[in-house]
Amino acid sequence: MQATTEARRQVPITDLNSVEKALINRLQHGMPLVRRPYAAVAEELGLDEQQVLGTVKKLLADGVLTRFGPMFHAGEMGGALTLAAMRIPEADFERVTEQVNSFDEVAHNYRREHDLNMWFVLATETREAIESTISAIEDTTGYPVYNMPKEQEFHVHLHFPV
Amino acid sequence: MSTSTSLSDADTQNGFQVTERDRELILATQAGLPLVSDPWAEIGKQLGMGADEVLTRFQAMQQAGVIRRVAAVPDHYRLGYRYNGMTVWDVADDRIAELGAAIGELPFVSHCYRRPRHLPYWSFNLFAMVHGTTREEVEDKAAQIRAVLGDACQQHTILYSSAILKKTGLRLRK
Repeated sequence: MQATTEARRQVPITDLNSVEKALINRLQHGMPLVRRPYAAVAEELGLDEQQVLGTVKKLLADGVLTRFGPMFHAGEMGGALTLAAMRIPEADFERVTEQVNSFDEVAHNYRREHDLNMWFVLATETREAIESTISAIEDTTGYPVYNMPKEQEFHVHLHFPV
Repeated sequence: MSTSTSLSDADTQNGFQVTERDRELILATQAGLPLVSDPWAEIGKQLGMGADEVLTRFQAMQQAGVIRRVAAVPDHYRLGYRYNGMTVWDVADDRIAELGAAIGELPFVSHCYRRPRHLPYWSFNLFAMVHGTTREEVEDKAAQIRAVLGDACQQHTILYSSAILKKTGLRLRK
């Protein structure tokens, strides 16, 4: 994904119709794993299958949805996840963003308003690869990486109702 | 967590074995599920697997927690949730288990984790993510967290995101 700056100012809130809203709400919860899943969701919502498929395609093309598909759990696959932060001077921010984003292990990267201004999630296939990826990012960028793996998970229920 | 070093022979916590066939399925769908009437048949066609086998493997991976769910991920900015606040708290170590659980129970907290401090530079050990359509909404939610933590919390701050630099989700190397 192209780095977007000042997303709050540039990204317009999308006007959504009732079908789009219903699908966004329903599909964040996970699709039934049945032979014709889109038809099953359509039936639940009183839509038809082609409407579901067409609407999801449109929402993805418009960027309202960033992704539609399986959400893998790195830890359960024998791999690992961590949150890491960096402190990057403004003059170097663009270069370092490109370098950090070029690592496949970087799943998300957010700019945040703080002295530590770059926060990213690393997902790797092995636990050992977290440390080696962090070292590689430090070597490539020339800046230290603060590793903040979760020590305890209290709750995860991400959902954005529209 | 297993000590295996590659996904192909990974034993998960609940004993599920990710096979080479499962790995092929993960690689084929990590960018997204096909948007066709029978996505399992479509994936199977690419991999030389029957649709029923594809679906059965997906069901098993979801059952085992390898796949959390097959779902849509919105760009929350586009939905009007423009203020994504990572609230971070410096909580007494001997209270964090109890208080972290209480914060995680708050309905507006989407993720809540204990993470290590990096002293002296970073003293926050509890992270709670909150979203709002305005900055005031996020600050009001942070005030509710502050009230729950009481005098067990030394200091806190809110890190607002100002740009999504990358959002691809987990990707395996091919």
